[in-house]
Amino acid sequence: MQRSTPRDLFELLSSMRFAISLLTVLAIASVIGTVVEQNQAFNAYLNQFGPFWFPVFEALGLYSVYNAGWFLVILAFLVLSTTLCIVRQTAPMLREMRSFREHARELSLRQFAHQSRFTHRLAPAQASEQALDYVTAAGFRARTSTRSDGVLIAAKQGSAGRSGYFLAHAAIVLICIGGLLDGDLPLRIRMALDGKATTAANQLISDIPESARFGADNWSFRGNVFVPEGRSNRYAVLGLGDGILLQELPFTVSLKRFHIEHYDNGMPSRFASDLVIDDHETGESFAHTIEVNRPLAYRGVTMYQSGFEDGGSLLRLRVRTLVAGTTGAEPTLEAAVGDSVALAHAHYRYALELTDFQAFNVEDFGHPDDEVATTRERFERHLGSGASGAARRDFRNLGPSFIYKLRDEAGQAREFHNYMQPVERDGAWFMLSGVRDSQAEPFRYLRLPVDEQGGLDTWFAIHRLLFDPERHAELARRLAARNLGADGADPQILQRFAETARQTAALFADKGFESIGRFIETTIPEQERERATDLFLNLLQGLAWEAWMLARDEAGEPELAFDAPRAMFVHNTLSALSDSRFYEAPLLLQLTAYEHRQATVLQVTRSPGKPIVYFGSLLLVLGVFAMLYIRERRLFVLLKNDGETLVALSSNRRTLDIDETFERHAAGLRSALGQPTQASEHDSQRGT
Amino acid sequence: MELAHDRPGTTRLDRRDPFDWLYLLALVVGAGAALYRYGDAMDAYDTAILLLHLPILTAIGWHWKAFRTWTAAVALLSLASLALYQGDLARAEEAFALKYLISSQTAIMWMSALLFMATGAYWLGLLARSDFAERSGSTLTWIATAMGTTGLLVRWYESHQMGPGMGYIPISNLYEVFVLFCLITGLLYLYYEHRYATRRMGAFVMVVVSAAVAFLLWYSFTRDAHEIQPLIPALQSYWMKVHVPSNFIGYGAFALAAMIGVAYLLVERGILASRMPAPRVLEDVMYRAIAVGFAFFTIATILGALWAAEAWGTYWQWDPKETWALIVWLNYAAWLHMRLTKGLRGALLAWWAVIGLAVTTFAFIGVNMFLSGLHSYGAL
Ligand code: HEM
Repeated sequence: MQRSTPRDLFELLSSMRFAISLLTVLAIASVIGTVVEQNQAFNAYLNQFGPFWFPVFEALGLYSVYNAGWFLVILAFLVLSTTLCIVRQTAPMLREMRSFREHARELSLRQFAHQSRFTHRLAPAQASEQALDYVTAAGFRARTSTRSDGVLIAAKQGSAGRSGYFLAHAAIVLICIGGLLDGDLPLRIRMALDGKATTAANQLISDIPESARFGADNWSFRGNVFVPEGRSNRYAVLGLGDGILLQELPFTVSLKRFHIEHYDNGMPSRFASDLVIDDHETGESFAHTIEVNRPLAYRGVTMYQSGFEDGGSLLRLRVRTLVAGTTGAEPTLEAAVGDSVALAHAHYRYALELTDFQAFNVEDFGHPDDEVATTRERFERHLGSGASGAARRDFRNLGPSFIYKLRDEAGQAREFHNYMQPVERDGAWFMLSGVRDSQAEPFRYLRLPVDEQGGLDTWFAIHRLLFDPERHAELARRLAARNLGADGADPQILQRFAETARQTAALFADKGFESIGRFIETTIPEQERERATDLFLNLLQGLAWEAWMLARDEAGEPELAFDAPRAMFVHNTLSALSDSRFYEAPLLLQLTAYEHRQATVLQVTRSPGKPIVYFGSLLLVLGVFAMLYIRERRLFVLLKNDGETLVALSSNRRTLDIDETFERHAAGLRSALGQPTQASEHDSQRGT
Repeated sequence: MELAHDRPGTTRLDRRDPFDWLYLLALVVGAGAALYRYGDAMDAYDTAILLLHLPILTAIGWHWKAFRTWTAAVALLSLASLALYQGDLARAEEAFALKYLISSQTAIMWMSALLFMATGAYWLGLLARSDFAERSGSTLTWIATAMGTTGLLVRWYESHQMGPGMGYIPISNLYEVFVLFCLITGLLYLYYEHRYATRRMGAFVMVVVSAAVAFLLWYSFTRDAHEIQPLIPALQSYWMKVHVPSNFIGYGAFALAAMIGVAYLLVERGILASRMPAPRVLEDVMYRAIAVGFAFFTIATILGALWAAEAWGTYWQWDPKETWALIVWLNYAAWLHMRLTKGLRGALLAWWAVIGLAVTTFAFIGVNMFLSGLHSYGAL
């Protein structure tokens, strides 16, 4: 179509077809933002899309689609189009709502899809009176107009439905405008006006330049406030694009305590923050607890419980070196979560970053669903009460755990996840220490068996000796002596045995069971491998035992008797030793004590558009229901003086029930005018 | 559902039969009993919601007689189940009637089975022109929805028996809302069956319900989704209790409309034409369904926004689930406008309704499956 004149443009913009295309375009545009995760850290996008596409998508505003210029333009068009549409429809609709069309000409009535004729034998006056009675009784408002050849009763019902149109469509405009007020737009405009600019995240509040700060008078913002237990904060951080802005609040928020409550199954049941609010102007101060779904509104700012983090818990840590042969003190250190500490040692040099601490770790030790169960049993599990599953669960709290990173000089970091207390796994107790090279992978856990004192000293002692090449000969000799009897045995055999033992130790010290296995595969013929494996295992267990005893000896402790539990311990020790060759860190941090401190994350907003949006929503609901469910009906009864009668019905929505309504009224009027009703009195369930 | 009263006096008092009054009386007594028994455990909202059910259920029951019987059946089954439980969940394994009939899980299993059978019956009826099969179809659907509703009500009770603070209204995770979806779609269909006095559309509508049941079973058997889990804090909100049901009236109605759309397209090509209602009837059902759906979806989306404002601090923050709800809504707004635009009727609208179901389905499960977001429940 051509848009030469403004008139045509108006026609186009306010046209229903344009509305439809607009709604469709908006819907499609909205999809984008659900496919690309919104408002992430920019380097995350960089990794995701690569250096080529990253800037392209940034330019297209794909990282914050719903605040992107082009998206706002679409919205603007919706507002414009709806407004024009209302403007355009107002006059005709009001006319429609008011008029009864009592001057409708017989000819046009005859064109109606629903119209029927009959003749009555009443006096005109009486006829029109009775017809009028019927019409009003049926819930119509009517107007009669006398004309040369008779009277026309023009009745209508449900004109209110038309007002629904105004309500619903005005609502759209209101909601869009209110929404804009609460979006990024006002903030960006203010930044432009006051010459503000975002700054880099994670710097000290004191370092943030004036150009990135907003005063408490800012009337529309949304940001986060981070408050550790026992601390206060008067600034919210607003994220915008890749940077942040600092928003001063009209009050100071202090966190007395943060609560997490759990259900028996370890799921969280409640997050709550005990806050104290200090008003800067009035100086008044009050305590208030907010929790999820229970926000607090004060001085036009609403605060919500949006999350929690570790607020710098104090951890006392014992550094345990995993370097064979090193003796000497293993230092303990104290640091708070969030700190970075330099670890210097003869064998390594790291920056230790404490990243997180968890006071509880609830896990399900219940047997998994598909343990030996017949199909029938498995089906029956789905009968009965929905609570039945709980019986098969076994939730246990593994106690505290913490996460840290070791960053070497090259800046490479590995991440570790250690538990404070031993965990029971198939009958024995272990300390778990997880390691991973990147966030992407899961932690691989090293299970260190705890000794009879409930500690790790024994394991570390064995580790120190068994992995120390210098000591292999000695361990081998002791083992040989123990197995063959120190004296008496043929020195040759002793010699050979000791040599084999030494080599075994050396092999194991390299890559644990892996190197043993490779050795067996490469050097020993198929049929003898099984025997060889047993032999090696025996030797290793012997060596480990010797290492243990030697360590006790050096510590001036007596020998122990070898028994089943200790055999088990030695077995687990060997597996742990073998795994430790892949632990990829020369040290391991053991948590010995802690002081838990949590922090709450509050979302604070000032949203001037909210009341507008809510009001709009109300109008929308009313309007939609009115439009869809208040059916406009116009009933015309033309009573000619000669008794000929024309009944016609029209409606603004083409739905089937009009037929039905028409039949009923036609029949009703017949009987009202003393005519036998032909059309059978319909029943409410009449179908096709 | 039907709010338009074309027949004057559908709910006028002089048109009431004795059973209407009995029904009302039963509802009042029921509500009274609930208040008397649990009144002090209920807060203002609970009481308000309970009382709100009186007019709603009365209106539906008076306008749609069969619904009265259904309500009575559900009430009796649920009360029977509660009576058998005697406040001890272990009884679900012992009491035969509980284990194999009216404990929540079993009832829902019955619902699933019956809905499959109903689908079969409707198709048989359609293809073999068997009136009997079609009647069985509706009967089965009636029983199925009654069982499903009982299942949810009993599940509600069970959750409260699990321990203090564990109880919640079971419309809070993907499993529960899928049951809800089956119920609402089933009942909506039954209403139109009554309203248009034809059972022919059942064959089509029940297909989508069966699909939902299939998903439900897969979900509960592979993921143990049926196990009652207490509510995480974000879900502990009154808004949710009204948001979710109105949402599912929307989803249900849209799904129904889409299946009618399929029927329309087939009939238009002369397939099953002699067996199905006339296109203009199908078109009318489609419009009514989408109108109902749109109206309730509008409410649902707004309630969702109000809830989000409390839980997340923003009434709208373009989280994928929200955004897809908007997309669905815009889509049907466009549909309604199309219908009003001269010339655009019939096939195009039918196609649009069918595509609408694809969009709705994605908004419903696709988002949970493929997109990350704040909507904490039902990650697949
Ligand atoms: C998000 C935006 C919109 C929504 C949600 C919306 C919603 C609706 C609804 C639900 C109806 C009733 C349909 C029916 O009764 O079958 C309607 C009718 C209508 N809409 Fe919209 N609308 C929107 C935008 C627009 C726009 C932009 C225009 C104008 C270009 C428009 C023009 C109309 C007209 C003329 C009617 C018919 C009113 C009547 O005849 O009573 N709408 N709208």
